[in-house]
Amino acid sequence: MFEVLGISSQALFGQLLIGLINGSFYALLSLGLAVIFGMLNIINFTHGAQYMLGAFTAFFLLRYAGMGYWWAIVVAPLVIGLTGIIIERLFLQWLYKLDHLYGLLLTFGLALMFEGTFRNFFGSSGLPYSVPPELQGGRNLGFMFLPNYRAWVVLFSLAVCLATWFVIERTKLGSYLRAATENPTLVRAFGINVPRMITLTYGFGVALAALAGVMAAPIYNVSPQMGSNLIIVVFAVVVIGGMGSIMGAIVTGFGLGIIEGLTKVFFPEASNTVIFIIMAIVLLIRPAGLFGRGA
Amino acid sequence: MKGLISLAALAVALGCGSAQAQYTDGTIKIGVLNDMSGTYSDLSGQGSVIAARMAVEDFGAAAKGMKVEIIGADHQNKPDVGSNIARTWIDVDKVDVIVDVPTSSVALAVNEIVRDKNKVFLVSGAAASDLTGPKCTPNTIHWTYDTWALANGTGKAIVKTGGDTWFFLTADYAFGHALERDTAAVVEKNGGKVLGRVRHPFPGTDFSSFLLQAQASKAKIIGLANAGSDTINSIKQAAEFGITSGGQNLAALLAFITDVHALGLQTAQGLILTEAWYWDLNDADRAFAKRFAPQYKGIYPTMVHAGVYSAVTHYLKAVEALKSDADGKAVVAKMKEMPTDDKLFGKGTVRADGRKIHPMYLFEVKKPAESKGPWDYYKVRATIPADEAFRPLSEGGCPLVKS
Amino acid sequence: MKLADNALGGPVRMLAKPNLGEGFAFALMAAALIVAPLFAYPVFLMKALCFALFACAFNLLIGYVGLLSFGHALFFGWAAYVCAHAAKVWGLTPELAIASGTAVAAVLGAIVGALAIRRQGIYFAMITLALAQMMYFFAVQAPFTHGEDGIQAVPRGRLFGLVDLADQTNMYVMVLVVFLAGFLLIYRIVNSPFGEVLKAIRENETRAVSLGYKTERYKLLAFVLSATFAGLAGATKALVFQLASLTDVDWPMSGEVILMTLVGGLGTLFGPVAGAFFMVTLENYLTTIGQWVFVVQGAIFVVCVLLFRRGIIGELAQFLRIKL
Repeated sequence: MFEVLGISSQALFGQLLIGLINGSFYALLSLGLAVIFGMLNIINFTHGAQYMLGAFTAFFLLRYAGMGYWWAIVVAPLVIGLTGIIIERLFLQWLYKLDHLYGLLLTFGLALMFEGTFRNFFGSSGLPYSVPPELQGGRNLGFMFLPNYRAWVVLFSLAVCLATWFVIERTKLGSYLRAATENPTLVRAFGINVPRMITLTYGFGVALAALAGVMAAPIYNVSPQMGSNLIIVVFAVVVIGGMGSIMGAIVTGFGLGIIEGLTKVFFPEASNTVIFIIMAIVLLIRPAGLFGRGA
Repeated sequence: MKGLISLAALAVALGCGSAQAQYTDGTIKIGVLNDMSGTYSDLSGQGSVIAARMAVEDFGAAAKGMKVEIIGADHQNKPDVGSNIARTWIDVDKVDVIVDVPTSSVALAVNEIVRDKNKVFLVSGAAASDLTGPKCTPNTIHWTYDTWALANGTGKAIVKTGGDTWFFLTADYAFGHALERDTAAVVEKNGGKVLGRVRHPFPGTDFSSFLLQAQASKAKIIGLANAGSDTINSIKQAAEFGITSGGQNLAALLAFITDVHALGLQTAQGLILTEAWYWDLNDADRAFAKRFAPQYKGIYPTMVHAGVYSAVTHYLKAVEALKSDADGKAVVAKMKEMPTDDKLFGKGTVRADGRKIHPMYLFEVKKPAESKGPWDYYKVRATIPADEAFRPLSEGGCPLVKS
Repeated sequence: MKLADNALGGPVRMLAKPNLGEGFAFALMAAALIVAPLFAYPVFLMKALCFALFACAFNLLIGYVGLLSFGHALFFGWAAYVCAHAAKVWGLTPELAIASGTAVAAVLGAIVGALAIRRQGIYFAMITLALAQMMYFFAVQAPFTHGEDGIQAVPRGRLFGLVDLADQTNMYVMVLVVFLAGFLLIYRIVNSPFGEVLKAIRENETRAVSLGYKTERYKLLAFVLSATFAGLAGATKALVFQLASLTDVDWPMSGEVILMTLVGGLGTLFGPVAGAFFMVTLENYLTTIGQWVFVVQGAIFVVCVLLFRRGIIGELAQFLRIKL
């Protein structure tokens, strides 16, 4: 077909599709972060570790309980979401009255603890987790061979992201959430249990991270550092999208995945840094992020 | 504890009779420095300490009146951590010899320190061929394998067996570049062609984009110039995208049996790689493995562990002959003078540039049906004789070699 | 409650005279450091001193301006690289090599600061983190850093062409002098009219603006100063260990300096020093347990944030009712 800068259109579409797949992970993770930040004003540094925990839970469920991928998709987010709730009750709730940076430091410490513990028991070579049999194989799209599993990742992430956005922006529960973020005292005066909402929101955000982890398990290595490698990129995504914006996180996540994919084709050595370069540029032009409200 | 050891040493020394050995601190202290909890913890890690211990036992150090102490530490694959430990070990803990050290960047740093302080450095885990090249020292012996041997083994043997078009997937950092460069040179020298290459960021997680480019090149062989989890991920994702079933073969330029174990035979079958030793080559190797595995959570010994065993054995022989461990240069000179002979590597030599010479093996990973049990992963595709396996002495650029 | 309210929780002190407590503490610290090599391994001490200076530099920003930088490893590590390169490849004498490293850190500080200062609080932290990470990847690929290997076998050289720094004692004296000088300079900055404005900005920026201060400029200058001192620490460290590697620019290094300052006491003068010595000593004992170091560090973070926010020196100062 046609050529763009020396790359055939076939290769180009293939790379775009791959970028979209990677973008799904960025979107899911930055969505979780955005939800938590929007509600609690805490940067959840533990997000990467919770993503990792989701993947490991899937591995354990398979290895020790014989529960396969489809169970893991439901059980792992619930289990890890529960640990998130415990974290919030045990640690985070004492920090709301303090400077928000303490929350960052605490979650950073928790991330170190989780990652360190798992590193000790599981080294770093990673553990195998295979694609569920229903999703194995793929179809030849002409310009590339698309594994079924990767297609599933894109579609499912998109569905989860849009569902989350819908709940937060368009339902009554979501409106309570948004109101509580802006003025918790007033909302409490209406009789709504704000602390419980906060706890559940944190749990939900964490569950999203764990879900991303389960989805990553078959294609990326299940290893203790899988989260820390990813989390800083996700932070950059969130900064670009605008820290509290749900739609911003989703759009930026997918978008940056695509841009990164293109960079891998035309300028592979820069593919690690392109997201940060974009972040620097966005900050110069629009300090609040692309979709963010000023702060 | 320390008091007890000195007392024991004294007693043994007294009871020893005639020729009394002068060991620094009365003890021969061996420091096993490697990655105990990271990417390379399975292929070296605590297993190397176990291998060293087995070497000391088999040598019969106690019966010969030699007090040998083994300590281990984790360098976390970081040159600053590794060099700090090495420095403290030598200055404060009176360590006489440092062994193993996977991760070339750490090995290069420790190399300098050991030379400055005149101790002994026996490298088993690291790959950098510079250790017997421009960076060679009279205190270091590079034992098990190096990038040149791997490039030569994998590159040459594959080209000779029909894999003559290559595409490289390279980790974009110094080690990856070096591996790619060495292998490309060997491929072209033997009549193959390099169709292209792509550099992936290090460390990477998703190689799908780069693998697609490799696939599009239609090269018969996709050379993976990376290591550790990058290699594992590349192989996994290549299987996912149907690259291997599409007729292209993957060549892992630096891989160990522990990587194959992590991948599983289903994914790794058909992979071609070069190693210096495998537990199933002969009876002595198998016996060693049977002794080793129960001590090391069921993990079978890798070539790195075998190298530690072999190196420590030869070191002890040299120190016994010299009756002293104080002068690192002297001990290494003795090790180069004496031919090596141990259960695992058989007979061999140590060259003037510090290179230990033994045959290398080209392995292919078995299909799941061909394997009789866990760790039964390799079939031998070719044996590279010792005199061809390593870079010729004259080509290294080692200042110790008079040209 | 703002991060790092000073130890007594009170309003900003307007007097610029050093108090007796601080002077005494300084004398004690200097004396202890002078005799320390007789009791402890000098290389360990030099490491602690470099990190103490690094932590002091970081503390300048968080303790007195209220800005949490999560990317300070950028300045520390890149100064180390430049200094190592200058000493090894260009053959500069140690003081010039350190100066070049420090200068580069200052320039980087200006660039990063200009980008990051526009935001505050968490946004500021995220931006510094991301920019530092970008420079980390750049360090992985740039040829002169030698990536994974780092710049090794850096010669210590002869200070001013005269004093041979390969001698451990000479090196220690130099590092001690650098540390004490840096410490005193930071003290001077904090207790100057400039420093008072910084503290005012930390307490209430809007009010400072309404008083006519161009707060952006003050913050930027503070950032550059912090980066410069961090660079000084990094460059010195490169000569101590004769190595500059990726660890120095990686984000865990940024995390470490935060931890040191937190443990020691944010916003106190001697806190960073105490924290640095504490962490370096702890890590020394923990090398045998490998990756558990991360777990311990993480646990210390959690405990400090929840229960021990004033840090070692902060609690001590509170107990003695003096300012440290």
